[in-house]
Amino acid sequence: MLTPLSHLTLGQTARVVRVDVRDEIGQRILEMGVTPGTLVRLTGAAPLGGPLVFEVRGYSLSLRKAEAERVEVDSGP
Amino acid sequence: MKAPATERPTWTVALIGNPNTGKSTLFGALSGVQQRVGNYPGVTVEKKLGQTSHGDQRFTLVDLPGTYSLAPRSPDEMVAVDVLLGRRADTGAPDAVVCVVDADNLERNLYLVSQVLELGRPTIVALTMMDVAQGRGLKIDLERLRRQLGVPVVPVQAHRGTGLEELKKTLAEVSGQPVQVPESPFPSAFQEEVERLGRALEERLGQGPAPPRYLVERLLLDTGGYVEGRVLGADAPGLRAELLAGRARLAEAGYPVPAVEAMARYGWVGRVVEGVVTRPSAPPTFLSDRIDRVLTHRFWGVLVLAGLMLVVFNSVFTWAAVPMGWIDAAIKAMADLVGARLAEGALRSLLVDGVIGGIGSIVVFLPQILILFFFLAILEDCGYLARAAYLMDRLMVGIGLGGKSFIPLLSSFACAIPGVMATRVIEDRRDRLTTILVAPLMSCSARLPVYTMMIGAFIPPSTMLGGWIGLQGMTMFAMYLIGPIVAAVVALLLKRSVFRGAPPPFVMELPPYKWPSPRVVLHRMVDRGWAFLRRAGTIILAVSIVMWAALYYPRPSREQAAPFLAERSRLERERTQVKDAASVAALDAALASLQDRMEGAQKRQSFLGRSGRLIEPLVRPLGWDWRIGSAVIASFPAREVVVATLGVAFDVGPEAAEKDEDGGNRLRDALKAATWPDSGRPLFNIPVALSIMVFFALCAQCVSTLAVIRRETNSWRWPVFSFVYMTTLAYLGALLTYQVGTWIGG
Repeated sequence: MLTPLSHLTLGQTARVVRVDVRDEIGQRILEMGVTPGTLVRLTGAAPLGGPLVFEVRGYSLSLRKAEAERVEVDSGP
Repeated sequence: MKAPATERPTWTVALIGNPNTGKSTLFGALSGVQQRVGNYPGVTVEKKLGQTSHGDQRFTLVDLPGTYSLAPRSPDEMVAVDVLLGRRADTGAPDAVVCVVDADNLERNLYLVSQVLELGRPTIVALTMMDVAQGRGLKIDLERLRRQLGVPVVPVQAHRGTGLEELKKTLAEVSGQPVQVPESPFPSAFQEEVERLGRALEERLGQGPAPPRYLVERLLLDTGGYVEGRVLGADAPGLRAELLAGRARLAEAGYPVPAVEAMARYGWVGRVVEGVVTRPSAPPTFLSDRIDRVLTHRFWGVLVLAGLMLVVFNSVFTWAAVPMGWIDAAIKAMADLVGARLAEGALRSLLVDGVIGGIGSIVVFLPQILILFFFLAILEDCGYLARAAYLMDRLMVGIGLGGKSFIPLLSSFACAIPGVMATRVIEDRRDRLTTILVAPLMSCSARLPVYTMMIGAFIPPSTMLGGWIGLQGMTMFAMYLIGPIVAAVVALLLKRSVFRGAPPPFVMELPPYKWPSPRVVLHRMVDRGWAFLRRAGTIILAVSIVMWAALYYPRPSREQAAPFLAERSRLERERTQVKDAASVAALDAALASLQDRMEGAQKRQSFLGRSGRLIEPLVRPLGWDWRIGSAVIASFPAREVVVATLGVAFDVGPEAAEKDEDGGNRLRDALKAATWPDSGRPLFNIPVALSIMVFFALCAQCVSTLAVIRRETNSWRWPVFSFVYMTTLAYLGALLTYQVGTWIGG
């Protein structure tokens, strides 16, 4: 099922399908290793709807929700 | 050339790497004390140069700012690319590049390496954090990595000093040697477009050297337009069409720009790390991960952050008071020593009040700076600072900033100087400048003496709610609340006007936890303290001497001084004649009071005192007379000085406010007794006291803060801007307070 990365539940793993590179933020997300085919897991969320933390390529990457929306993932069946 | 002909040339070596890789630690370990810190002209990037040697081979090291990618999107990010490509005259072309790579995070770090390798400079990979990687159960096959990467790989542990000799030996071998540019990671379709665009550029731009291949690549890849503006300029419509056509052809061929770069480079990274890293088959849960779950928890994490900040804040506020007391005492002792050895006159006054006093007002900030950076260096080095930014990001986004602005702003409640210096963690220029400009609005410890004096003298100590809430305490609380509220409004306004633009991304790594290295912590403290002394200190000293002169000159005329001198000799004569202790004490008090009145009279007719009279019409609407006005002007070097300058203006001497005898003090009584000369009604009342407090809550009466802003922004524009906007705000705030207060009290 295709969803935005920001919609994962805590602990859920998904495979990146597409990154929206309309602007600089999408380009930065790609540079950080969130490329199509990579596995990404949501490991934390900051209070009051703040940034999210993902595990990708063996490290922790934080993204704001609005930034994570630029990444489309396949969260499996 | 002064150097003997046999001496080898000094190689220039650039250091580049991701943030949190220990690059600066490596730079510090290699160059030791032989560092020079400056600025690249026109940008806020710090230029750090160091020296090191291997045998008789010497190296100049250039420490470039930490970055995840060499895709410049701003003048600040362009600096690293220009240095590496040898396009900056002030550093020269590097003869070798050391790329610092975190062994625990190979894949993402190698992305940057892939860009560096294309620059065609001799490159060495310095592998850091091997201990962290091993602690997490990773096995790294170094031989295989060297083979698959094709460049030397040297493991280093800079904070222990291991691997440094090996690194320098390798540097001596490869520096200045020709290199074979490795095979491009890009698909051939992309390479053809780069060549096509390169040829078009050469034809069109004609004269001068063609841009290096790496920049041509960036031209194709960076759709944001920054490189385009830099390389093409405004007058290249034909080239721009060529560029867009190239991008369109690539998209059609299935290599859309800019995604093709990440795909190609991470593809290359995948081939390089193939078989190099062995991860434990079942990843165990590490203590670090369990701690992190608590520290980044939406409830417990915030609680821990609040507790930590309370400790840090309290330490800067209270611990620093002890050494600051010592410094004050030492400066006073020095002033007395010098004062006793010189005859009364301009030289003594200049040395004691201008120079020694000025040095004192610089050094007195060192304890706060050192203590704050002690904690911040620990928090940063162990990896916590990124978590604090993560937790507070949502809150700071509300005022148009990001999570990284939180700690600098909070620190400013103790002192804006280390607060402004702590903004260096903010990469985005607009966010950093906004934070620097609003940080001095936080009520720092120097405002406290002003609040205490005014509240103690004029706010009635009445209580409400059964004695739980006092009016004095409420007033103090309100004063502390003004700062953050006004700062939030100013930050929002700045981000909508001067620093308008899309919010900077919060795309960053939360680095794994590790034990902070004492060497790194110590180095950071010394570095910050020294930077303040050297760069801000000179400005503060200069202002201190100018202020001294404005208060010292012109000297009183013979006629002005005569009545005071006559009374002094009369009192002194009388004192030699009386015998009983009570009369001696009374005469001593009279002499001291005469001294205070003499000083008051002299200061009132000094240049600065006269300017107080000049601005009286301006400060009248605030409820102030010219004496308050000139005391406020004289407190320009530092807010807390106003207590002493009020003492001088009201004839009780600069130290009267500090002596607390018989449950009251002389300054407080003098202020209460002061009247308007025309009507005889009391000068001070609650609205006047409040208007003075509000003025000091919002004003920029602190040379040290302005000097640090000058240093951190590398421009006079921002300290001037700070001073003008804060003084305007302070004036309007004081005006509103007095007028509304008088109307209510009316």
